[in-house]
Amino acid sequence: MSIITESLDDLVREAEILKTRLEEERAKFNDMELTIVAENLDPLPPFSTKSRRILKGHQGKVLAIDWSYDKRHMVSTSQDGKLILWDAFTTNKEHVITMSTTWVLACAYSPSATTVACGGLDNKLTLYSLNMDDDLLTASGDSTAKLWDVESSTPIQTFQGHQADVMSIDISPSEAGNIFVSASADHISMVWDIRTGSYVQTFEGHESDVNAVRFYPSGDAFVSASDDATCRLFDLRADRQVAIYKKESIIFSCNAVDFSLSGRLLFAGYSDYCVNVWDTLKGSRAVTLYGHENRVSSLQVSPDGTALGTGSWDATIRVWA
Amino acid sequence: MAARTRASLADNDSIGDQLAVDMVCVIAPPTTYTIMAVDIDEQIALNESIGTNASSGPPTNDFLVHPSTDLMEGINRDYEIPNFCTYKKIELLLERMQDENTGLPIKSVKSFMSKIPSVFTGGDLIQWILKTLDVDDTTDALHLANLMSSCGYILPIEDHVLTVKNDGTFYRFQTPYFWPSNHGEPDNIDYAVYLCKRTMQNKTRLELADYEAENLARLQKLFARKWELIYMQAEAQIKVDKKRDKVERNVLDSQERAFWDVYRPAPGCANMSEQDVKKLMRRKASFLSSQPLLGNQRKSSTASSSTAPASALAFAANKNLITMTVGLLATGPAATTNAPSQSQTGSLRECDETALIDQLCHEIEFLKHRIDRRCLRTSKVCENYVSYYEQYAEFDPFLTTCEPSNPWIVDSIELWDLEKLGNVKEISSRRVKRWSFSINELLKDPIGRDLFWKFLDKEYSSENLRFYEACIQLRFHTPQQDVLKRVHDIYNEFLSPGAYYSINIDQRVMNLTKNNMTHLPSRYTFDEAQDHIFNLMNRDTYARFLRSEAYKELILGGKKKVSNDFDDKKQKKT
Repeated sequence: MSIITESLDDLVREAEILKTRLEEERAKFNDMELTIVAENLDPLPPFSTKSRRILKGHQGKVLAIDWSYDKRHMVSTSQDGKLILWDAFTTNKEHVITMSTTWVLACAYSPSATTVACGGLDNKLTLYSLNMDDDLLTASGDSTAKLWDVESSTPIQTFQGHQADVMSIDISPSEAGNIFVSASADHISMVWDIRTGSYVQTFEGHESDVNAVRFYPSGDAFVSASDDATCRLFDLRADRQVAIYKKESIIFSCNAVDFSLSGRLLFAGYSDYCVNVWDTLKGSRAVTLYGHENRVSSLQVSPDGTALGTGSWDATIRVWA
Repeated sequence: MAARTRASLADNDSIGDQLAVDMVCVIAPPTTYTIMAVDIDEQIALNESIGTNASSGPPTNDFLVHPSTDLMEGINRDYEIPNFCTYKKIELLLERMQDENTGLPIKSVKSFMSKIPSVFTGGDLIQWILKTLDVDDTTDALHLANLMSSCGYILPIEDHVLTVKNDGTFYRFQTPYFWPSNHGEPDNIDYAVYLCKRTMQNKTRLELADYEAENLARLQKLFARKWELIYMQAEAQIKVDKKRDKVERNVLDSQERAFWDVYRPAPGCANMSEQDVKKLMRRKASFLSSQPLLGNQRKSSTASSSTAPASALAFAANKNLITMTVGLLATGPAATTNAPSQSQTGSLRECDETALIDQLCHEIEFLKHRIDRRCLRTSKVCENYVSYYEQYAEFDPFLTTCEPSNPWIVDSIELWDLEKLGNVKEISSRRVKRWSFSINELLKDPIGRDLFWKFLDKEYSSENLRFYEACIQLRFHTPQQDVLKRVHDIYNEFLSPGAYYSINIDQRVMNLTKNNMTHLPSRYTFDEAQDHIFNLMNRDTYARFLRSEAYKELILGGKKKVSNDFDDKKQKKT
């Protein structure tokens, strides 16, 4: 018993030494701040972004939204147990599906826009065929992510490593996407190899739960949003945090993030009802979008970058452009 | 024990002898600060709450504190109280606002026949925020003030609606005792006692609002069998109250009201104390699973496993959780309620430790691997972001106006209609230009992909793209049961000797692929070959495509059109 404890302590010590060394190694390569590199860039043009559509129909908090690849349809889930398929452009509801549980936490369109997937507290992942893609990646409260074979409804690969719930995942935008990134309540974001099922990089820094992650459009970096009211940009090539987006007066947790098409703008949805738009490169806040009357729970830029969709606990979805 | 009581109360069970425990708690500490001493958990939370606010906390009571303090430390407090992180930030701000020198001017105001003690005006508050914090403008400052208010930290002295106005309206700070970070979600019994208490004091300022009267009626129905006890608790609290100085009572009444305005908001107000559902589930899970968190792991694994679930039950008393509680009680009672014997705990620990060792070894391997990993300089990657932005800025509708128009702004889907057209002649130069950024950009665009196919056909090298697409298809769009068959199909079609679309890969890659085939064929069997072919296409065919007459024509054709448009506009202007 005591031997075990001793070797345990040794191991802990060794791990800690290695961690420090890793930090030192990485520090050597940290030769310049992003904001300095971006100093000479033209400032952003003035914004005329406004709320252009309000989608009303849910009776409870909107918990998740996703854009269809056709650029105008949207799927949303809410605490009222409904899954709604919207034509966001006309604000019409095209389908309303009543779910078996009132807590549908997540939803997503398939790339071919023929299927929507959603999952909730009943631990089921349900697919609604509108017709089928075949692989599907999910994150779960059992601290794992899973890759599913849709036809046989069995997991192909399980991704284990996080010490707490996985709150969000995003797959690399490059076509042969071999990696995805996950955010977890253990304050860490991890980059995973889909093929081997093991993590290849971990990124620490957040002081509380990481609620959301999103790849930078080039796929070389990702941004994470946390309960500590900050967003951080982590670079995969530099293997470290390269920017942090925070303000003294922003104190509420950040729940969702996404980039504009060029990566210059970072949209972040907070529990303080607002969407803050950050200048990714200069690290400053560009503008604040007011409109929702309760916490912004989900947010996504449309596939062609023309609009921003936000879902809120005030039961509405807004489209900004 | 006490925690269990709370759970069963919320479930509206029979009134057993357990209830007496709660009652004891109410009456036991008859000291100065006990109006809310109904709730054991609140007491605990308060007693171990962090330094600054301890001064005004209630008296320590051994009976309440002793068994559970360690247990609460073992569990991550962040998980217990929704939005804990945010509350802590607000509290730091509040502290600065109350600073004697640099804080807000707090005063007592005479009004008509009476005096309003310790208040400040909304205008002062907004001015302070503007002066002290990095807010952009008054809207921003007001927004922040409103949110602090809706979390119950700043309260209007009369109104139930927790908002702040930028004028001479009076506000008060919440006392640390009522800070949400010092409480779990209070339960309906507490609420009933509070409302009941107010009806018993015959004062206009304590009169119930309409919605509160409705709530009281509903609670009375719900707790019909316990109402006598609730009534007694309310009476006991009033007795304590009466000993207080009049001004102090006045302040406390408003603060207690604000506390309930947070947790049982007036109609139309958002409830800021709510927890994200995803996190509610996690709180439950973290107690039920015996797998502790790595960071706090050493600590919590030493805490006896019998104590944790007890507080899980305490949470379950939360009104949102009633249904879950039932499940919780049903699924895990044996292990949770009876303390496990020593031997059980021992074996549990051993098991934990071997797992921990495995985990640590893995972690060490991983760290070593990562140290050896090549990495880029920060300046390099930052320049990379900037150039990426410069390249894509003109395609970002949030930065550059769309041609012809953004559908969401002008209500016309002309843009999307144009994109849908398969007509190469009509295609905009902007779109064509994007194909030159990378082969992926080209392949992402249906027209681009189409043209590239045609180009390859002309060059008699379309088998490469064909193979690449077959690999993508295999990887992402093949059901597990068909994978084996697809792997062989692809091999026969592209790689076997005498294959119809034979592709050119070097011997090394070929051997690797063959090796993959003989081992476990999977959707990743052709990864090396796919990479090889992709690089080949990228370096060779794609480069030639960009130099081809067909592509140049498109670029030029597009440009001419745009510049014509531009000239037209100019002429119109002049």
